[in-house]
Amino acid sequence: MDRDKPKSGLERQIDENLRKVYQKTVEEDVPDRFAELLRRLKEQDDSK
Amino acid sequence: MNKKTDREHADPKDEIVVHLRAMRAFALSLTRNGSAADDLVQDTIVKAWKNIEKFDPGTNMRAWLFTILRNTFYSDRRKSKREVADIDGKMAATLSQKPDHDGRMAMADFETAFAQLPSEQREALMLVGAMGFSYEEAAETCAVAVGTIKSRVNRGRVRLVAALGMSDEEGMELTDKSTMAVINSTFSTKRHSA
Repeated sequence: MDRDKPKSGLERQIDENLRKVYQKTVEEDVPDRFAELLRRLKEQDDSK
Repeated sequence: MNKKTDREHADPKDEIVVHLRAMRAFALSLTRNGSAADDLVQDTIVKAWKNIEKFDPGTNMRAWLFTILRNTFYSDRRKSKREVADIDGKMAATLSQKPDHDGRMAMADFETAFAQLPSEQREALMLVGAMGFSYEEAAETCAVAVGTIKSRVNRGRVRLVAALGMSDEEGMELTDKSTMAVINSTFSTKRHSA
């Protein structure tokens, strides 16, 4: 499969940078609004 | 709703929270704007929650959530019709063409170049290049053929290389035929289609 093909130096460099871009966001704290949203959705379910 | 399942954690809704960070990162790569990304994640969570019975337990929930997320993104964008025009290169003119002294890509330049790619290339690169999705998984997530994903990843990489003015000796490593074909067609026609 293509994935297993050895990557060129450029491809590696690009993917490394893509991972850094991704990593930067992934390491951010998730805003509280999402925990609150999930809690509200759960409450709605429970009250059904 | 019947919640009596074998195990307490068998409710797939409980798994959504696990993918929050990845969803935010994927959303940001599509929207290129933090608050728009969070709005998109919020809409995705609500849709996922309400359609959870359509999720097949045992399959990849992250891919399922990403599918909802990107469908929401494109549907919103179709509705608003904004931003489409600026994707293909208008902003690219302002992009710095100079690589760092050592020829490596500076992160800021890279992020700028990445943000200027068409969204289809951004998502393909994010899924395959950054998150390690297989081409098959990415194709399923984006509801396109595997070949389409490969082509988008390839074009995205080529455009990043071109935008960042990466040096010739490094450029020579991009010699496989399909890549060269993309480079040549990109350069000869100045076409920036996804």
